Amino acid sequence: MLSIKNLHANINGKEILKGINLEIKPGEVHAIMGPNGSGKSTLSAVLAGREIFEVTQGEVTFNGKNLLELSPEDRSREGLFLSFQYPIEIPGVSMVNFMKTAVNEHRKYKGLEPLSASDFLKLMRERKELVEIDSALTNRAVNEGFSGGEKKKNEIFQMAMLEPKLAILDETDSGLDIDALRIVANGVNKLKTPENSSIVITHYQRLLDYIVPDFVHILYQGRIVKTGTKELALELEDKGYDWIKNGE
Amino acid sequence: MNPIPTTQKEELISLYLNNLDLITENSAEVLNHARQEGIENFKLLGFPGPKSEKYKYTKVEPLFRSDYEKYFSPRKIAFKVDDIFRCDIPALDTHLALTLNGFYLSNPTMLHELPNGVVFGSLAEAAKKYPKLVADHYNTIVANDDDGLVALNTAFAQDGVFIYLPKGVVLEKPIQIINLLMSDENQMVQYRNLIIAEERSQANIVICDHTLSPAEFLTNVVTEVVTKAASNVDVVVMQNQHNQTTQFSHLFAKQERDSVFSSNTISLHGGIIRNNIHVLLNDTNCENHTYGLALIDRNQHVDTHSFIDHAMPNCVSNELYKALLDDQATGAFNGRILVRKDAQKTEAYQSNNNLLLTADARMYTKPQLEIYADDVKCSHGATIGQLDQEARFYMQARGISEREARLLLMFGFAHDVVGKIKIEPLRERIDELVNKRLRGELSRCHSCPMHCC
Ligand SMILES: Nc1ncnc2c1ncn2[C@@H]1O[C@H](COP(=O)(O)OP(=O)(O)OP(=O)(O)O)[C@@H](O)[C@H]1O
Ligand SMILES: [Mg+2]
Repeated sequence: MLSIKNLHANINGKEILKGINLEIKPGEVHAIMGPNGSGKSTLSAVLAGREIFEVTQGEVTFNGKNLLELSPEDRSREGLFLSFQYPIEIPGVSMVNFMKTAVNEHRKYKGLEPLSASDFLKLMRERKELVEIDSALTNRAVNEGFSGGEKKKNEIFQMAMLEPKLAILDETDSGLDIDALRIVANGVNKLKTPENSSIVITHYQRLLDYIVPDFVHILYQGRIVKTGTKELALELEDKGYDWIKNGE
Repeated sequence: MNPIPTTQKEELISLYLNNLDLITENSAEVLNHARQEGIENFKLLGFPGPKSEKYKYTKVEPLFRSDYEKYFSPRKIAFKVDDIFRCDIPALDTHLALTLNGFYLSNPTMLHELPNGVVFGSLAEAAKKYPKLVADHYNTIVANDDDGLVALNTAFAQDGVFIYLPKGVVLEKPIQIINLLMSDENQMVQYRNLIIAEERSQANIVICDHTLSPAEFLTNVVTEVVTKAASNVDVVVMQNQHNQTTQFSHLFAKQERDSVFSSNTISLHGGIIRNNIHVLLNDTNCENHTYGLALIDRNQHVDTHSFIDHAMPNCVSNELYKALLDDQATGAFNGRILVRKDAQKTEAYQSNNNLLLTADARMYTKPQLEIYADDVKCSHGATIGQLDQEARFYMQARGISEREARLLLMFGFAHDVVGKIKIEPLRERIDELVNKRLRGELSRCHSCPMHCC
């Protein structure tokens, strides 16, 4: 599904990603952990097509296509979804308008007719229930004045609307209370199929109790320095990052 | 005979003198009575010149070119209202008032008198039928001795729209004034509107400015609104003339105790637009809302000057102006708020937000607060920015194309102002117009028979 080979990326001439290699097969869940500033969000942003990062080396293929050649919107339409660590507030743009445009752009890409207003609202209602998002939120402007947790829930709601093949969840658990964490994790699990995959970026083992990863990677200073199974996350919880940093 | 004029100012003065008979004959006594003072003031003031701080960003005199035709009697143009005007807002059932090149168009009468006592129609006709009522209000609140263009209007205005709301009457249906410009030659029009809201009356008024032919037009229009105690008047103005027009629009409102006056001016098309809004909060507990939105591109120029005059205590004013400028468009906003010594407990808020879509677009903004009372709450803020890159990327990351993302952001920016419109079908319709305007689908307005309002 996703194949990253020797990916290097800069911002303002400073190298942040220093040779990432990662293979993700359909149906797999990969967790990425790593200390602050190690490049986890940079990797997500590069995959989503953020222009401020310059890819200097390496290749990324997504479902057989050269991902790096696609515009951000085409990456999304091809089935890539990024749940932002810091979702953006867009005053003046209503959730309904935003989502309707997004859903219909995806449909157009697939050669489908736009959804009728009533079908769209039905879809909204259904997916809102899935992530137990408050109706009042979707009547507001995108993320405007949403609490930290509400913003994260809203990301998962958008994911539910767009049904991606590969979801990258960048610290979707941070800022969530215990109930919200369970709801969001359940939402992610309900959307899981044997075909779609996810990359879960987190600092806490707790999320991985709900969303059980097939692999856990540790990103440090722009490289994946260790890969293991879910036990690696438990080990990190126990020992912290020092043993990684000290190159044990 | 008068000497051969050498400047635009002299030309207009001799035009006035040479046509005074015709001007008076096709108007009414109350208006004629004010003319002399108007022309005298214009002689003294002339056009606002380069030294006028108020007109710093719009050079006025060269715009009054001599090739405009001027007519002092309504021209007989075979006109069937229904052919020209098909209201596209089915849910918006309105009382319709039409003007053509500054003269009221009979539809089917010159003056409508509703059973509840509401009168609307031709200002000249109203001045003949209700001379005292009109004389008591006409030309009472305008700045004839301050702005040469207002004085010029007072000298030349012959007709326009008159609206009278009797005491305690709440008009359910909005009154929609449609100002049409249609001519084979380039033309200058100057007309006058007068709105009188008696105590506790309420009305919504929608004003739409349109051009129906490609000729060039220059409009210099003055609107006076008198809101008496506890009345509530809401005016929405849609400026949608083609881009070879020039418009000077002066709106004067005087508010009495407990009254509410709101205006929302939406400028979509029009070459050069200068909007002056002058609100006098003349007694306690008044509430004023002054909003405006300009969506402009190419060589359009929209210049707004607002003056909110807090003369008495306990009043609230709220001002929001937004402009979105594309291509080489230019704009200016000068918002003056004056809180006089006696106006304690005033709350006055102003904000002006502008988006520049290109490096060539220009916006000049200048808030101007003068506060002479000590117990007040005032704030103002002006921003000039570009479309938010992060927001655009966020939308693209959801599969929305860059163009659609930009449009959604622009639409969102504009909706802040459109959202203030209280009548729902009108708000929806204007949202739709704004959307069309942003997509560039509203550009050939003069060839479209009134689909837009
Ligand atoms: N726009 C930027 N300009 C300059 N440096 C940046 C920018 N964005 C990221 N960086 C730098 O890149 C490095 C990696 O940042 P990144 O956000 O990818 O870390 P992270 O692993 O997601 O950290 P966290 O766990 O705190 O979210 C950091 O040193 C950060 O300061
Ligand atoms: Mg991060």
